[in-house]
Amino acid sequence: MKKISNAQALRQVQEDLKKNFDPNKKMVTICAGTGCRGYGCIKVKEELEAEIKKQNIDVEVRATGCFGFCEKGPLVVIHPEKIFYQQVKTKDAADIISKTVAQGEVIEKLLYRDPVTSATVMKEEDVPFYKKQKRLVFGSNGIIDPTQIESYMAIGGYSALAKALSEMSPEGIIDEVKKAALRGRGGGGFLAASKWEGSRKAHGSPKYVIANGDEGDPGAYMDRSLMEGNPHSVVEGMIIGAYAVGASEGYIYVRNEYPLAVVHLTMAIQSAREAGLLGKNILGTDFSFDIHINKGGGAFVCGESSALFASIEGRAGEPRAKYVHAVEKGLWDKPTVLNNVETWANVPLIINNGADWYASIGTEKSKGTKIFSLVGKINNTGLVEVPMGMKLREIIYDIGGGIPKGRKFKAVQTGGPSGGCIPESLLDLPVDFDKLYEVGSMMGSGGMIVMDDRSCMVDVAKYFLAFLQEESCGKCVPCREGVRRMREILEDICAGKGTEGDIDLLEKIATGVADGSLCALGGSAPNPVLSTLRYFREEYDAHIKDHRCPAGVCKALITYSIDPEKCTGCTLCVKVCPVQATSGEKKKPHTIDNNKCTRCGACIESCKFEAINVK
Amino acid sequence: MVNLTVDGKNISVSEGTMLLEAIRGAGISIPTLCAHEAVSRSGACRLCVVEIKKGTRTRIVTSCLYAAEEGLIVDTKSERVLNVRRLVMELLLARCPESDVLKKLAQELGVEPQARFVADTDKGKCILCRSCVRVCEEVVGVSAIGLFARGSHKTVGTAYNEKSDVCIGCGACVYVCPTGHIEMISTGDKRKIWGRTFKMQPCDKCGKYFAPVDQLKFISKKTGVPLSELTVCTECR
Repeated sequence: MKKISNAQALRQVQEDLKKNFDPNKKMVTICAGTGCRGYGCIKVKEELEAEIKKQNIDVEVRATGCFGFCEKGPLVVIHPEKIFYQQVKTKDAADIISKTVAQGEVIEKLLYRDPVTSATVMKEEDVPFYKKQKRLVFGSNGIIDPTQIESYMAIGGYSALAKALSEMSPEGIIDEVKKAALRGRGGGGFLAASKWEGSRKAHGSPKYVIANGDEGDPGAYMDRSLMEGNPHSVVEGMIIGAYAVGASEGYIYVRNEYPLAVVHLTMAIQSAREAGLLGKNILGTDFSFDIHINKGGGAFVCGESSALFASIEGRAGEPRAKYVHAVEKGLWDKPTVLNNVETWANVPLIINNGADWYASIGTEKSKGTKIFSLVGKINNTGLVEVPMGMKLREIIYDIGGGIPKGRKFKAVQTGGPSGGCIPESLLDLPVDFDKLYEVGSMMGSGGMIVMDDRSCMVDVAKYFLAFLQEESCGKCVPCREGVRRMREILEDICAGKGTEGDIDLLEKIATGVADGSLCALGGSAPNPVLSTLRYFREEYDAHIKDHRCPAGVCKALITYSIDPEKCTGCTLCVKVCPVQATSGEKKKPHTIDNNKCTRCGACIESCKFEAINVK
Repeated sequence: MVNLTVDGKNISVSEGTMLLEAIRGAGISIPTLCAHEAVSRSGACRLCVVEIKKGTRTRIVTSCLYAAEEGLIVDTKSERVLNVRRLVMELLLARCPESDVLKKLAQELGVEPQARFVADTDKGKCILCRSCVRVCEEVVGVSAIGLFARGSHKTVGTAYNEKSDVCIGCGACVYVCPTGHIEMISTGDKRKIWGRTFKMQPCDKCGKYFAPVDQLKFISKKTGVPLSELTVCTECR
């Protein structure tokens, strides 16, 4: 793309591009996010293209970013009708082109089918998973080609930057973001404008803006999908932010385990430079700014601001005490604004549509939308973007489709490893920064791990503490040693070796670790223990006092048996048992030898008659 | 000057003074393990934490890293503070059960070993305060030792636990170590430290072996003073 000399010229470029990217044009989009790539979408795309050639039809197949409905990938949408096909295979390509693209005929078997009513749904927006969502930040993922800056510009991309540079003062931008009450999407929920203002006023040069793409919560991948699917929205947000705070350099800190995100971001930065949107004299103004990519090595703690700075500086990713704020002394001790990827992607929306519009979405103190990654024991695994304040129940049941196999909901873990587990009694909680904090969890980066009645909450706490013990940088004593000791006690409890005073001791350690740790990782590390103790204390008691794991998870505390009334003698459990603990004659009730049984659960998963009891 | 209150006592200190010095200056004792005067501060041990009140907000901060502020109200013995200190001592006692320094400090603070923790046997007396690493880098300037791995796997040592080419055997790390973890054995004309054996220089005057030859060579190179002028021990100089 040729260098764009000013805001007016950008508008012209966008207009010209719109003609090529006519929304009413026939087009096939295919989700090419990392999840769908895992399903083999690239082969599907190649097959679709081969069929187009073979059938001599003029239509574009566009590989886009993640659509969000990862449960049902590979996903294909036929435009302009927006016919939504799911679980598409290479063998479906010929029909999609000859029937749907060429003749407008809908292929019933590729449509989404409601699991309850069995009715098919034709259009993307009518699929229950999408219906209640408000995809302001994430929506463009499904329509643009993330490798083409033209594709982003055709839907108005970089308009916000043009507006900011040509019509707004840096202070005016900060005021707008302040009025919009944009809060950081990475965890803390700190007001973005406060950081920007602090950095603008701080002395020191150069100033930096950084996008934190070190997404590390297990099960969370919304930042990855944004960087992969709409990298320019992050870049545009950063340029606007840099202009507002007076920064001349920017970094995107992205973990190296996100190779596609790295590739797409690199392409985005390169093409933005060519277009004159990065580099010297952006859009013909006096403002100069450029962005570098810093690939992280995958340490969870590097998502913490001071550890992230240390990592960029080439030192070990260890946090330091932050009594002087990063906005004054951050990267290389210079004024630095660090915002999460999703936070940056919200900025163009605010500038384009105004703070009043933005602030009309969400709750009193949490504005806009939030992308959650809905994973675990949930029917519709995927990324969902909803207005702040939506009830957990709506997210889990209306969008997520509830719990698989008709099992009972038990808890949802939000906020990543340092978040907390929220029980069924709080399902009507409106999800926003403050409400989650009030119930002992947090927003974090937006991970939501749903658990059913077969999840043991002591085991869950143990899992998260094991994660945190591994990921603690090891600098300060409470986090390094305290998290480890808590994990050891939890391991004992799960192994039936818990003692009477363990719960009190866990609470005491938890308080000390939370109060005494150097950074927020340690400060929030006890949350999995504290929140499960708060809502599931009886489960701890059952383990310690009764040597019983009510969820049937902790192997030392359970035995398997087969209910002779329910067992039909189908022999499936015999086939799947890896240690030959199940036995019996065909069509006669089977038995389990508990001396051999390792409680792996394979028989339970295989049994169609719920004949296996766990006690 | 900055005026603040520590445990109900009004004190005033010069701007930039860390709370730790301000508090100790007021005659109030604060335990520390990682704050050594020779090196920059890391805030790793967490023993020096205090509770501060600013407006209506109270929080726990590391006094060795927090600069005194006008109007600050500091509590060095609040329940939260004591709980953190007790926990840190219990955790360190379980990590380094053999350390006399820790046992003595625990006794002073009235902390007993936590019976529920299974004591470590593989950590020696190292509490990972990193004073040794800092003195090697900041004062000596050779960075022969560093920190490796993370979390509970973290250790201090030479790179890949191999003999360090840059170590000069000066023993500064031994000097700053608060618990006496680092082993340095000097016998006659030899000194053994970090797996390497150094040749010692005898004093031209009294004949006493006083410094590793490598250290004197390093000093000579750094200062430009010929090695021949460095062969007299400090006592005879």
